[in-house]
Amino acid sequence: MEVVRNNGRLEITEIDPFLAELLRQIPASANPESVPAAEQRLYSAPAHPNERELCAEWKVYVEPELRRLFQSATDTVASDLEQLGEKEKPFANSTLRIPQEHSDAWLNALNQARLALAAKYDFSEAELCDYFRSPIGSRRDLSLFQVNFYGFLQEFILREMNCDLSSASDP
Amino acid sequence: MQVFPEIVRAAGSPAVTEKTETKEAVDLPWIVVVHNDPVNLMTYVTMVFQRVFGYPKEKAEKHMLEVHRDGRSVLWCGVRERAELFVQQLHGYLLLATLERTD
Repeated sequence: MEVVRNNGRLEITEIDPFLAELLRQIPASANPESVPAAEQRLYSAPAHPNERELCAEWKVYVEPELRRLFQSATDTVASDLEQLGEKEKPFANSTLRIPQEHSDAWLNALNQARLALAAKYDFSEAELCDYFRSPIGSRRDLSLFQVNFYGFLQEFILREMNCDLSSASDP
Repeated sequence: MQVFPEIVRAAGSPAVTEKTETKEAVDLPWIVVVHNDPVNLMTYVTMVFQRVFGYPKEKAEKHMLEVHRDGRSVLWCGVRERAELFVQQLHGYLLLATLERTD
């Protein structure tokens, strides 16, 4: 797999079928439904529980906005991911092109997925920092790999965004 | 917070009394606090602080490291309405953020 910048787009080339499948799982992984820990993390309290009025107002007025924002990000990502289905050969490697204007949606959706998975499997800080853990022997191991793979992609997107900021500030 | 080192180098009458208390609570300064999260990337948190508070990179990094090292950092202090807006923005970026009353 290679990540390059091409005509202002982030292009991920040579994606093997396994990584392509992990990418396809971003929208589903970001969905906290039926996982209370994930729901609690994605929609965390805005204040100490003693601030009852504030927390209640937040639930009514702010939380629906957040849900819309998060859904919009995963919809954008799901739409970009349709490219992964356009292959002539079933086991061929794929290429994914992410338009620059979709960068924020990708960062958000990847973060939703990482947080939801980490909450679901209750990963410790030590596990999250063990980048060379192998082999993948369980669904939990695979989810840890997913969290780190998605983090890797976030770093690339952030790096590209920083490049844009740097070049925009050049005289 | 998580980091990938190989890539990142880079708030009369009983009714009147109650009304007065509410007003006082609103007028007190509030603080915006961001709490540590082992999942969010350090570079991502820095970028969010730059975007939400308009901080220069150095200041954003200083707060990010404070969150990472001390478990929390006070990012802003002021009126409740604005503090709520900041917390809302931070939640939009999926950071663990709360608003608290100052003593």
